Amino acid sequence: MSAAVGSASEPLRRFLQVARGAGLRVSAAEGIDAARALDVIGFGDRVVLKDTLGLILAKTPDEKDLFDEAFDLYFKRDAFTGGGADEDEREPAEGQPNQGPQAGGDGMGGSSGQSLGSLLENDDRASLAAAMELAAREAGIENIRFFTQKNLYARRIQGLTRAERLEGRVEALRDAVRDFVERNLILFAKGETEKFREELLKSARLSNLERRDLDRMRVLVRQMAKRLAARYAKTRRKRLRGVLDTRRTLRRNMGWGGVPFITVWKQKRVEKPRVMVLCDVSGSVAAMAQFLLMFLYALNEALSDIRSFAFAGSLIEVSEILEKQPVEQAITKIMEMIGFGSSNYGNSFADFEDGWMKFVTNKTTVIILGDARGNRTDPRTEIMARLSQRSKRIIWLNPEYKSAWGTGDSDMFRYAPFCSLVTVCNTLRHLERAIADLLEDAV
Amino acid sequence: MNDLLPPGGTREAMNSIETVLRGLSGAGYIASQQIATAVYIADHLQKPILVEGPAGVGKTELAKSVATWLGLPLIRMQCYEGLDESKALYEWKYGKQLLYTQILKDKISSVIGETDGLAAALNKLHDFGDIFFSKHFLEPRPLLRALEEPGGAVLLIDEIDKSDQEFEAFLLEILSDYQVTIPEIGTVHAITPPIVLLTSNSTRDLGDALKRRCLHLHIGFPDEKLERQIIASRVPGIDERLLKQLVSFVQQLRMIDLKKAPSVSETIDWARVLVLLHTAALEVDLVRNTLNVLLKFEADIEIANKQIAGLTHKARADAGIAV
Repeated sequence: MSAAVGSASEPLRRFLQVARGAGLRVSAAEGIDAARALDVIGFGDRVVLKDTLGLILAKTPDEKDLFDEAFDLYFKRDAFTGGGADEDEREPAEGQPNQGPQAGGDGMGGSSGQSLGSLLENDDRASLAAAMELAAREAGIENIRFFTQKNLYARRIQGLTRAERLEGRVEALRDAVRDFVERNLILFAKGETEKFREELLKSARLSNLERRDLDRMRVLVRQMAKRLAARYAKTRRKRLRGVLDTRRTLRRNMGWGGVPFITVWKQKRVEKPRVMVLCDVSGSVAAMAQFLLMFLYALNEALSDIRSFAFAGSLIEVSEILEKQPVEQAITKIMEMIGFGSSNYGNSFADFEDGWMKFVTNKTTVIILGDARGNRTDPRTEIMARLSQRSKRIIWLNPEYKSAWGTGDSDMFRYAPFCSLVTVCNTLRHLERAIADLLEDAV
Repeated sequence: MNDLLPPGGTREAMNSIETVLRGLSGAGYIASQQIATAVYIADHLQKPILVEGPAGVGKTELAKSVATWLGLPLIRMQCYEGLDESKALYEWKYGKQLLYTQILKDKISSVIGETDGLAAALNKLHDFGDIFFSKHFLEPRPLLRALEEPGGAVLLIDEIDKSDQEFEAFLLEILSDYQVTIPEIGTVHAITPPIVLLTSNSTRDLGDALKRRCLHLHIGFPDEKLERQIIASRVPGIDERLLKQLVSFVQQLRMIDLKKAPSVSETIDWARVLVLLHTAALEVDLVRNTLNVLLKFEADIEIANKQIAGLTHKARADAGIAV
């Protein structure tokens, strides 16, 4: 392997770091593959270089986009380093991208003797950029992660370049360095900050989310659901491996005088959970309902049959709307139809009993999402009693903290005895855990 | 393991990306630069290629063309749910084993006849080794066949996403080391490492372990120029102006929000239909009548129907025909 990692290794190593920063997962083995591939194709043609690295490093359409972005950003930066002022950007296919880092290296050797200040004075922008690059490497700019570190790194780089205090020029130098650090922050830390933000979102209360985070949340929800579906699809298959079915084995092997060449296994059918979801879509709970429905629909693979209902003052079935339209539009439509009113739990349960109670079987799990605040209307607990008798179980997800249950007009404790599980659920993490439990029990 | 294999560039034909491009086009496959690069790198690094993309863009065709070009046998394995190693790798020929034991029944007394006691008889039998579990009774399935091909082969593992996760894990050994382990016989190494292509329609996400071992090639819809080249090579004798129109039409059709956008294979079919009908230029009625060649869903046809006039007009204008 050592032969494979030749002269190309330094720019490649730095690019791999940039790629990781952009959120690609590049393993060591892939890094080695990339180095071997570069030995074959060289740096000669940037298009081929991009194609090749893309083949090895990016493994999904999403990753391809990230890769393209990182590649362009990185090699643009090298062009800036390599010489020439940043105004004359190179054509991407110019065919000598390898000159970038190497020429940069030479330049640095020459200019590091001079001070940044004097370079600035002579308006030697190319050498200035090169010297800055060298200083940045010494300062370890690749470790920059958060924008709060900008000033720290800017100071370090400025110190390392042994700047002379030149009247009027210091300001310009400082600006140049700050600019440079900012660009590097984008390059090296993008993935890291995104990850940080995502962690934050997972445990943020859903009702507090800002509009700008919604897109990201949707992606997160889909990812989580996919992960869950994959995990439980696997256990389901495992369950299908049974013990030897002696009778059918013998019968099957009759042709060979009963010598069991082909074995037949007893199989146990595993039912996918049937789920009915009742979502409160009145004011405060609406944000939560949105994500629950998204989650469940993303889980389609692991659930065999889900029917969803939305209620506030009364209850309607919304399965069809959700199935036919993209989730975002569907949710807006549902909200228009029934949302935002004040909730009446008793009335809604009565609607459910009239229309859909007959579809509830002993295999059905009923999930109710709501704060159980019925505005002092009749809670109709006797319907809940009948529902709990008919169904396999009832899970109640309440976005309110436990301390608030039973206060004011909350009927939570009146409903609780009929539920097999009542739990607080107001972040994405809670939601994931609740759904995971649901799938766990079903297997 | 890579040190054991001969250094890259095992095949004469693969000495540059341009030769790959030319070779594939000689086999009737017009490849983009990216595809050629993938094939070239795959051969030099001896890594499998995982090809993803929508149905009908020529994923399977790529493997066939590589095989034709290099003159190697194409060994194809279609994946499906429930595919297991006995169907993919090898199977014991039960029937033959049984038949042989029956035939040899009479001989058994001559082999162990003069021994006294069960232990001695068993010992004698042990001397014969595992004759019934030797290569004579082994039925090679696609994977084993690909390894045993002396001159190398092109192994196409089609629609890997349809197989189970367990099978995917089972493939790892063959993909990274070009060897398989058969418990009764031992490890079988490839005589010449085959060129391996896996295709996937992304119906499910493949495991990271599998992806890590492969080069990942995504083939999308070709651009207008490339598609024209493809059609010209697949439908020889098509009129230049008709070609321009129909490709322009299909390219526009892909911009519309459809359930299933028409693929290259559909464009080829449509081109054949139009040639068969002796079409000189696209007409709205003609397009309407043959649209079902391009679009496979009723809803899509309905959506497209409303825009046919505009699309045809634009396609004719692109080809420089007075409207």
